[in-house]
Amino acid sequence: MNNKSDILVGIDLTKTYGELEVVKGVSLAVREGEFVSLVGKSGCGKTTLLSILSGLEHPTHGQAFLTGKEITGASEDELALFRRENVGFIFQSFNLIPTLSAWENVALPLFPMQMSEAERRRRATELLDQMELSHRLEHLPAALSGGEKQRVAIARALINHPKIVFADEPTGNLDTATGDAIMAILNHLHRQKGMTILMVTHEPELAKTADRVLRMQDGEVLS
Amino acid sequence: MMNLFKIALRNLLRYKRRTLLTASLITVGVVFVLVFVAVSGSFKAMMIGQITDAMLGHIQIHKQGYVASIDNLPLNLNLNAKTAARIDEILGSQKNIEASSPRLKFGGLFSNFVESTNIRLNGIYPDREFKTVPLLTSRISEGRKTIAKGEILIPALLAKGMKVKVGDSVVIVATNKDGSVNGKQFVVAGIMEGVTGPGGRDGYVHIEDAAEVLRMPELEISEVAVRLKDFDRLQPAFQDIRKQLETEFRKGDKFPLEIHTWEGLSPFFNIARMLDIMTFFIKLMLVALVLISVLNVMMMAVYERIREIGTMAAIGTPPGKILLLFMMEGLSLGVLGTIIGGGVGLLLLFILNVAHITFNFGQQQGLLLQAYVNPMDFVTIAVIVILVSVVASLQPAFKASRMEPIVALRHV
Repeated sequence: MNNKSDILVGIDLTKTYGELEVVKGVSLAVREGEFVSLVGKSGCGKTTLLSILSGLEHPTHGQAFLTGKEITGASEDELALFRRENVGFIFQSFNLIPTLSAWENVALPLFPMQMSEAERRRRATELLDQMELSHRLEHLPAALSGGEKQRVAIARALINHPKIVFADEPTGNLDTATGDAIMAILNHLHRQKGMTILMVTHEPELAKTADRVLRMQDGEVLS
Repeated sequence: MMNLFKIALRNLLRYKRRTLLTASLITVGVVFVLVFVAVSGSFKAMMIGQITDAMLGHIQIHKQGYVASIDNLPLNLNLNAKTAARIDEILGSQKNIEASSPRLKFGGLFSNFVESTNIRLNGIYPDREFKTVPLLTSRISEGRKTIAKGEILIPALLAKGMKVKVGDSVVIVATNKDGSVNGKQFVVAGIMEGVTGPGGRDGYVHIEDAAEVLRMPELEISEVAVRLKDFDRLQPAFQDIRKQLETEFRKGDKFPLEIHTWEGLSPFFNIARMLDIMTFFIKLMLVALVLISVLNVMMMAVYERIREIGTMAAIGTPPGKILLLFMMEGLSLGVLGTIIGGGVGLLLLFILNVAHITFNFGQQQGLLLQAYVNPMDFVTIAVIVILVSVVASLQPAFKASRMEPIVALRHV
């Protein structure tokens, strides 16, 4: 865990809900700049593991380190600050705020910071340009297609220059062609910009595009 | 902060009908309270004004024990000339006093040469009395708005009952302090409308005539009525005067004078207090209305947006900012209701005033309702509504801010 190239480390992580053990003593490490996919059937515990590793959820047992800092046991305020500064999230169902326009959704992680609206808009516009959505800046999520929504969500995940992006079934709600386009963006981010990505998917074909594939079954990581 | 406010406003606009309904409830509450406060306040102010400015004055000074026997108008409890003169000096040196008027009160027999009846009279210096109770002249419905020596102002009911008109001659007969009886002829200078309260149906004569009827070797005074420059500073002024008089007249445990504000002399004070209590309960109802409606809408808002809360928390929004966001929504609802309610309320008051609504109070007919809201009352109502809106949104906002991101994200 002290290896500097390991940006994300989990040691003996366990999560139980009542009698049900969802994650069973998982240990893993993700190196800086690596694209790792976590693949497994629905209900095998991969989303729970991702939540623990990203600081969204506390494990029942074990430790998680992100950028060398232990995140297990931290308070909600500390975790919120840590996620804002280090982590980007891409969700299966996009999770855009319906009352905010595309650029405002992208800039949402910036609003707790002391930053002018012009600067926030500039940074969001730049990312939406990269996502080829410059014509959709002022549109509300309801007016965007599924692929556009996910590209807005990717832009939002990148606005704070995160050290790692967690993607939970990023193509799960998209058709094949749109899903491929999203995967192309993630691959581009990884290869061209050296972004560290941990992606959860239940589709083995998508998982193969990553540098490394971790298979999960019944709460355990098999490979 | 502006961003939070912008997001809060957009969230309110997301469910326009619900926001409008809640704001309307607050509006109705604000309008109701404003109109009630204005109308009851105007009624109270008018009544207090009538009582103090047309009859009692703001403060009265008597010899100790006089007020308890005031119904008998006891001549043996008058202030002697020396004491009255010293009181006059002290009052004259007070900067917060507009005017003061010594009165010699007595009861007598009123005769029109055909029949007779009882009458209560005030002997006054007309100039000083009219400065101390400036609305007294407005009560003179017939005749001259003043009196000279040898003249009398009589109450309307007496004039009607005794069939006496302005210019008629009448006789006043009174028993003196020593038990002898004396009489004097007067010309009716004016007829006065009665007002509700002590002394509201008294007649008036010049104080020197009163002293002559009562055969006083030197002028004695039953009471001194005082008018303040600023009625709102009644209590501090009362304390000042009391302190000055105590310094001058107190000897050991004995203080030969008694001093009262109008509140201690008129039963209307209790009605005024009841109005204040009613106003308090009406405001309490407004608080309940705002509390329940805002709490309801904010609880709904939190329940409907659990996944949004989860997303915001996941991307690093601190719990405090989420708390603020929902409190801003409550605040905005309160501000919206206050602005609309304030506007509609003031418009209604304007209409009430333009409509020239009149009412009767005791013997006084056609008093004009002048609904007016004190700016301080307006601010108080606005602050109450806005504060309660924020307080009502506190619990739902706290719940939202304490939500675990992963639990919120999993919410269906």
